[in-house]
Amino acid sequence: MEMGTISAAYIASAVLFILSLSGLSNQETSRRGNWYGIIGMAIAVVATILNKNVDAYGWLIFAMVVGGAIGARVAVRVEMTQMPELVAILHSFVGMAAVLVGFASFFDPTLDLYGVEATIHNVEVYLGVLIGAVTFTGSVVAFGKLSGRVGSKPLLLPMRHQLNLGLLVLSILLGWWFLNAGHDGGTLPLILMTLLAFAFGVHMVMAIGGADMPVVISMLNSYSGWAAAATGFMLSNDLLIVTGALVGSSGAILSYIMCRAMNRNFVSVIMGGFGTTTGGGEEEGEQGEAIAIQADEVAALMSDASEVVIVPGYGMAVANAQHAVSDLTKQLRDKGVNVRFAIHPVAGRMPGHMNVLLAEANVPYDIVLEMDEINDELNEVDVVVVIGANDIVNPAALENPNSPIAGMPVLEVWNAKTVIVSKRSMATGYAGVENPLFFKDNTRMLFGDAKDSVDAIRSAV
Amino acid sequence: MIISIPKESYKGEKRVALTPESAIQIQKLGHSLRVESGAGNAAEFSDADYKDAGVEVVSGDAIWSDTDVIMKVRGVSESEVDKLSAGTTVMSFFWPAQNEELLAKLAKAKINVIAMDCVPRLSRSQKMDALSSMANIGGYRAVVEASNLFGRFFTGQVTAAGKVPPAKVLIIGAGVAGLAAIGAAKSMGAIVRAFDTRLEAKEQVESLGGEFLVLDFEEDGSGEGGYAKTMSKEFIDAEMAMFREQAKEVDIIITTALIPGKPAPELITKVMVESMKSGSVIVDLAAEQGGNCKLSKADKVVTHKGVKIIGYTDLPSRLATQSSQLYSTNLRHMLTDLTPEKDGQFNWDMEDDVIRCSTVAHDGAVTWPSEPPKLSAAPAAAPKPAAVVEPAPELSTAQKAKMTFAALGAGVLALLSVGSVAPPDFMSHFTVFVLACFVGYQVIWAVTPALHTPLMSVTNAISGIIVVGAILQISSPSGLVVFLAFIAILIASINIAGGFLVTQRMLKMFNKG
Repeated sequence: MEMGTISAAYIASAVLFILSLSGLSNQETSRRGNWYGIIGMAIAVVATILNKNVDAYGWLIFAMVVGGAIGARVAVRVEMTQMPELVAILHSFVGMAAVLVGFASFFDPTLDLYGVEATIHNVEVYLGVLIGAVTFTGSVVAFGKLSGRVGSKPLLLPMRHQLNLGLLVLSILLGWWFLNAGHDGGTLPLILMTLLAFAFGVHMVMAIGGADMPVVISMLNSYSGWAAAATGFMLSNDLLIVTGALVGSSGAILSYIMCRAMNRNFVSVIMGGFGTTTGGGEEEGEQGEAIAIQADEVAALMSDASEVVIVPGYGMAVANAQHAVSDLTKQLRDKGVNVRFAIHPVAGRMPGHMNVLLAEANVPYDIVLEMDEINDELNEVDVVVVIGANDIVNPAALENPNSPIAGMPVLEVWNAKTVIVSKRSMATGYAGVENPLFFKDNTRMLFGDAKDSVDAIRSAV
Repeated sequence: MIISIPKESYKGEKRVALTPESAIQIQKLGHSLRVESGAGNAAEFSDADYKDAGVEVVSGDAIWSDTDVIMKVRGVSESEVDKLSAGTTVMSFFWPAQNEELLAKLAKAKINVIAMDCVPRLSRSQKMDALSSMANIGGYRAVVEASNLFGRFFTGQVTAAGKVPPAKVLIIGAGVAGLAAIGAAKSMGAIVRAFDTRLEAKEQVESLGGEFLVLDFEEDGSGEGGYAKTMSKEFIDAEMAMFREQAKEVDIIITTALIPGKPAPELITKVMVESMKSGSVIVDLAAEQGGNCKLSKADKVVTHKGVKIIGYTDLPSRLATQSSQLYSTNLRHMLTDLTPEKDGQFNWDMEDDVIRCSTVAHDGAVTWPSEPPKLSAAPAAAPKPAAVVEPAPELSTAQKAKMTFAALGAGVLALLSVGSVAPPDFMSHFTVFVLACFVGYQVIWAVTPALHTPLMSVTNAISGIIVVGAILQISSPSGLVVFLAFIAILIASINIAGGFLVTQRMLKMFNKG
């Protein structure tokens, strides 16, 4: 195929990718959007394979078939509760691929560049490998944390900021060495830098705790895009640049949305460790007593209510309670109770996590509302049921300026007539902050595993 | 333990201390239950209902023997005391202040007494607060009794036969009973006004749709444990003046004013009664403690110059099924606290505020009055200033514009400096990159938050486009490059297939209701 035709094909797939992302603007067009993406990818891959410089079809097809089969298998098997892990590990693949392609490009004997062009190419290789390597190990650690293989507590090494700074300075120095070493001598600094970047990726994500994961995943999503874009520069391939930029900005915007939802700035999340600098939320002391309630009483309350709102959190995902919740919703709606869901942007471990879980359990998406859509209506609601969520419904965020989560937008569930909190124990949430909601007069605690509790309510309704 | 429920002996008492429903729960605590035949009849629970719930039905006085616990509504009568054997525990209303002699006698006979009227008012003990349960029913029933004797609608109507004004109801004392009365009267359509010396009641009254009458007077009557205290003389004068005004206007007055351990305050004088319209009704819920109305008589309806004054003291018993249900649930919760191990054995934990306060006789000693519990929900030492978290200082538009310009300027400078050294080829790629970032920015903001997870997985899939780079490299003459490219293609393909398929799977799940 001629270069002109290939470029045309690349333009087509770039347009299809953009259409694919814009298709996700609402649920009706989203499936079509995904198909645009698939078609775009197919066009790009086929056009590239038909490039006259490509002739190693054996290896190529073998690799694609094996990779595709593994990917398909994983996609079919994965539980919806494991989506964050899957997304994390997929990010790591992009990172690794960027590293490999970078090295391959560096070693490629067919590329013959001189002067500024060689320098720019080397900078591109260096950056591509750097971003790819950080993405790779960062995502692997994120995967480990999300799947429970690595503890989700932030690991805070002493002097970690200095350590990070040191790593940065070191990689700049190595870059300088790499650029001045000429083609043959550059291998060593490149490998050293890669190892350094691997270490940096691990250290960065290790320092970030469980509930900050939505930010981390979005950020790694963004990095994987920038890695692809850097690879595009390195190979002078506009399609890679466009796609990488799309993905990169997508991840960056998601990170921004997540940070805003926690009222934290991006830098402080990335620096890791929650509440270590703010402090001063503990002087609250005795808060009063929480009132427990039994499942059958909850069932009676919900059956008699006309407006019920369910606020799911990570606890629902952990207990795999979404199907039970969905069945309960159906039963209540059949009785004429208007049951809706309120989703906080950072509920769960990745953006939109709760929506996917509820969709999996066949909860119609038009009763699943965003925080901003429902917050003002909560005072007209009879019963709010909080399932496995804590910090996102903490009134301290609005009332106590000293709280580590002060200023974070929260679901104002306490305005409802009755609030039921289903929780395993009185333990604090991720932020380690006492939740005054539990001690409010209109709050009742339903202790126990989320799934068992919901099942008990369901059988009593 | 064996828990026995005898028939209530008090004349006209229709309630029963156990319902079949709570029997099931109590048995889960490891206790076995016996009920005297016919005990639940007046509250519409038959012997068969109890048997179905696993309760043994016993006839006659056998119920009093061989038992560990007796559960009753009314306290034991003199004649019943003799039927009790030492070591038995009695759980019932007891009113130790009015029955000191009986209490001493029971303690001497080594009978333990848990008085359900002595449960302290803590948030934790709400579920066993039998006084509140009964007061709630009393308040509701008071409205029903009033409407029964009142000759008009509660609600206002415009009918073909003329306009009917709504009834005006004044409720004095907005405790549990008062609030229940407000709710009931309001839902029947009346105009409801309420008064309470405790200013904190205002919000509760208004939440039920009542109008809270305010005295132009600075004094809060909140006493210990959520009850009211006696007010100053000036306050009472102002209060009485207001009642005089209201009496001329309203059709129904329901009084629920009680101060613990004291005779009920007299709030409605003879003059006030006489100033009311003929056909008006007064319900005096404090009739048993002397009455809030001068003219009320306990357990009687008195008519004075066309105004009917109801002084029933058995309002909860008149709603026997409901009150039995609530009361037996209160008892069940008390038993739950007493048998924490669910092994059918009492753990008499005198460190526990609720158990200590409600136990009035234990192990041969009178344990009443006990040290009151410290309020757990202590009134905040100082009212916290309405702490509103300050939003991040908003930048003025001018500042914002300045910053935007500065950023733009820096961007342009950076671009120029790159452009001055970079070859044109690079710059054209760079143009594409910057434009793509802008397109991405616009497109992503339009994505609905509900689809953020599919967004991530689809971007994941399309960032597998890196495979294109690897495909171009795999035909390289260098073995090392081929190997690296091979691995890169393999893992990027996992990404593409996995990402698109899982997105497809997820999107299929999103269905409209």
